[in-house]
Amino acid sequence: MADLSIDFAGIKSPNPFWLASAPPTNSGAQIHKAFEAGWGGAVWKTIGAPVLNVSNRYGAWHYNGHKMLAINNVELISDRPLEVNLREMAEVKRAWPDRAVIASAMVESKPEAWRDIVRRIEDTGADGIELNYGCPHGMSERGMGSAVGQVPEYCEQITRWVMEAASIPVIVKLTPNVTDIVPPARAAARAGANAVSLINTINSIIGVDLDSLEIIPNIGGKGGHGGYAGPAVKPIALNMLSAVARDPEIREAGLPISGMGGIETWRDAAEFLLLGAGSLQVCTSVMHYGFRIIEDLVEGLSSWMDDKGFATIADVVGRSVHRISDFKDFDLSFRAVARIDPEKCIRCDLCYIACNDTAHQCIDLVDGEGRKVAPGSYGPRANGKEAATADRPLPVVREADCVGCRLCYNVCPIDGCITMAEVPSGRPPVTWAELTAARPEVGSDWEAMKRYRQENGIDIH
Amino acid sequence: MSRLPEAAVTRRGRLNYGKRSVKEENRQTGGLGEVLPPLSAHEARVEAYRCLYCYDAPCTHACPTHIDVPGFIKKIATGNLRGSARTIMEANILGATCARVCPVEELCEGACVLNAEGRPIMIGRLQRHATDHLFERGIRLFRPGRPTGRRVAVVGAGPAGLACAAELGRLGHAVTLFEKRPLPGGLSTYGIIVLREPVEVALAEAEMIAELGVDIRTDTELGRDVTLEALREEYDAVFLGIGLGGSPDLGIPGEELVEDGLAWIERSKFEPEKMTVGDEVYVIGAGNTAIDAATIARRLGAERVTILYRRSEREMPAYRHEYAFARKEGIDFRFLTQPVRILATDGRITGIECVRMRLGKADASGRAAPEPVSGSEFTLPADQVIKAIGQKKPELLADLGLATEKGYVRVDEAYRTSIEKVYAGGDCIRAVGAASTVMAVQDGKLAARAIDADLGLATAAAAE
Repeated sequence: MADLSIDFAGIKSPNPFWLASAPPTNSGAQIHKAFEAGWGGAVWKTIGAPVLNVSNRYGAWHYNGHKMLAINNVELISDRPLEVNLREMAEVKRAWPDRAVIASAMVESKPEAWRDIVRRIEDTGADGIELNYGCPHGMSERGMGSAVGQVPEYCEQITRWVMEAASIPVIVKLTPNVTDIVPPARAAARAGANAVSLINTINSIIGVDLDSLEIIPNIGGKGGHGGYAGPAVKPIALNMLSAVARDPEIREAGLPISGMGGIETWRDAAEFLLLGAGSLQVCTSVMHYGFRIIEDLVEGLSSWMDDKGFATIADVVGRSVHRISDFKDFDLSFRAVARIDPEKCIRCDLCYIACNDTAHQCIDLVDGEGRKVAPGSYGPRANGKEAATADRPLPVVREADCVGCRLCYNVCPIDGCITMAEVPSGRPPVTWAELTAARPEVGSDWEAMKRYRQENGIDIH
Repeated sequence: MSRLPEAAVTRRGRLNYGKRSVKEENRQTGGLGEVLPPLSAHEARVEAYRCLYCYDAPCTHACPTHIDVPGFIKKIATGNLRGSARTIMEANILGATCARVCPVEELCEGACVLNAEGRPIMIGRLQRHATDHLFERGIRLFRPGRPTGRRVAVVGAGPAGLACAAELGRLGHAVTLFEKRPLPGGLSTYGIIVLREPVEVALAEAEMIAELGVDIRTDTELGRDVTLEALREEYDAVFLGIGLGGSPDLGIPGEELVEDGLAWIERSKFEPEKMTVGDEVYVIGAGNTAIDAATIARRLGAERVTILYRRSEREMPAYRHEYAFARKEGIDFRFLTQPVRILATDGRITGIECVRMRLGKADASGRAAPEPVSGSEFTLPADQVIKAIGQKKPELLADLGLATEKGYVRVDEAYRTSIEKVYAGGDCIRAVGAASTVMAVQDGKLAARAIDADLGLATAAAAE
């Protein structure tokens, strides 16, 4: 059995799964229940400045019958009195010494305000502090949250104030609402933070109600951007995670990263670990299904690690980061083509239409005698399932013309039906960086590119 | 149009069906309500999401009217129900009827690629969801075309005639539709059990078609009230959608005591409360009509209902899914059994004398010919016998002077008969293969286009 326990910047927990700072961690009672279910840690719903919340604070994006592919919210930090939160935090930590209890904090951008909140958090016995520089709505209008996270200088300054006061590990939580997440992460590292966490929620408007023309969700006739989270944001989170994980300054500083953004299953969790996350935070999927999902998260991750021969979480963390690269370093001679398994193909022809309408027109419909047939080749009196299915042509890839774009692979509804087969291109490996270093004109002159293609037998139809 | 029951159809053709719960429906109809409840909006959406939206889809290919099935299902998924119904009815004006009566297992659903995993999309029920949406709201999607000044007579207001009339109306031709029965709809109105299709659905479709400028004249019979000569004289073209003839005779003693299957079904639709049902009921024949007649008898309280068929299970003409349905209804089957005499006392049936059969060589239909086993006669106690052994070939054809093929009206590729300006479609031309509502609809639609093309040619020729 794999050992799932972690030591994240000095914060220990029996598994890498923490509840993210959010509604699920609003109270001690909720966190007790979550720990009973098996969660390894919890980042308390952000405490700090006094706030008032509104109704209809959660919107959601549903897709083809799947509810809550993403949620957005305009909920502020905890609206419960500070003393109540701190008292419950102390109670929870006393009751669960082996779990990670982390306080998330956000106060006015004044050194004394931060010093004060750090002292009061440490008095509870909490294991760490997460600085909320990410909240994109409401708090940012008051100069807090993402208003800090978007400016590396503010981020660095406030983190310094905290680091001067704190004796427990400090995690800086980053906002994705920036063009490049690396500079704020570096700012945190420069200020001496013990770790960073990402991503916070993304600015978003869920939609417009087509009956009332109101914004969704409707808040007294108005609506506005809220923080977007859930399964739909996972690819964005993975990109930002890997950007930070492979940054030389962050690596130099040895800063661990707590990853979050759309983790719903152990598969998501494993991907975050592989791209450099040392602990994992979960929110939307718990808001959708409750704390009970921890069972599959732990069990699934553990089984996968056993199958792969990983003994500890540390064996997994960052294992795929070295594969993240830039386009200029991809091998231009790498070639793959799509292959359709006629045994598995159910002849929905989604690959055919995707390829022919929007990709490279290299899938044909071929009948039993190997003849190419046009779609809809039947008369107006054709009739019945036999006629429709007996001789239904098969989509077949013309490999010579296939550029290996992988669109058909993506639209195919049947697992394992279309594979992308690696085939020799007959050309030596070369990257764009190497090519343009050797022959700069290829990157600036179409005639030079044409010559290069001719020399190398690259035919683009 | 005359004599539409007012309770069924309101002024604008808005249906009253679908508003009652299935339970209430069953209580009011004595168990004769539609077997399949309508899909809820949520059920329909979820099912629509499941559709893969195949390209050049096999369901569309399999549908005799070639409805763009993935197209209409996608529109259900997006909440564009009017557009969905338009997609259906552009191809099949009787989409609401076909959604209920089509043997979808043999057509669209049977061709669905998801049969690979054993769970095809419920295309029929989705089609019903979209078309019901229209009729329940009295929405009209189609208008009469710009008048062409041409007049076409359509004989027979069954599926072929209605589809032909609708298409002609949309093309701008003035259509008069003659129907011998008091109500339009043909078998949809009179011959499909309510468990599959309530009368109101067929009548609402007829009403919609009437609003395309089609003048429906009921209680008007070809050969009695109008002649083909007069129609050819008065109209630019005539379409015959006259269906098939009545039930053939069994040719056995006591035949006069036997109920006719189609008449039995008709009564179950219009006056079920007046029907008397025996305890020991036999239905002769094993086609889909026989199963329907047996189902009605069973639902109206017959203690035991048994289907008698002279061939074996393998040869029975009923669809396999209908056979399975009948089994679930608790209907018994006796195969290789031929009735030879109805036994009666004082005009009341007491039993059926039968003979056992065995299968011999293949006959003209390609099926093994049943032969009586001599000395195997036996008697079954019975108090009611219904026959459903098919329909006779179309009547009147000789009188009308039409060339025939195997007893059916002979037509060319453009549905032209041997008589100039006279076209035909539906069951009356179905010399080969099984006949169905949806095939009749396709005939009517294609024949209308052929008539339009022929009329257009005449116009062009005259202009030269």
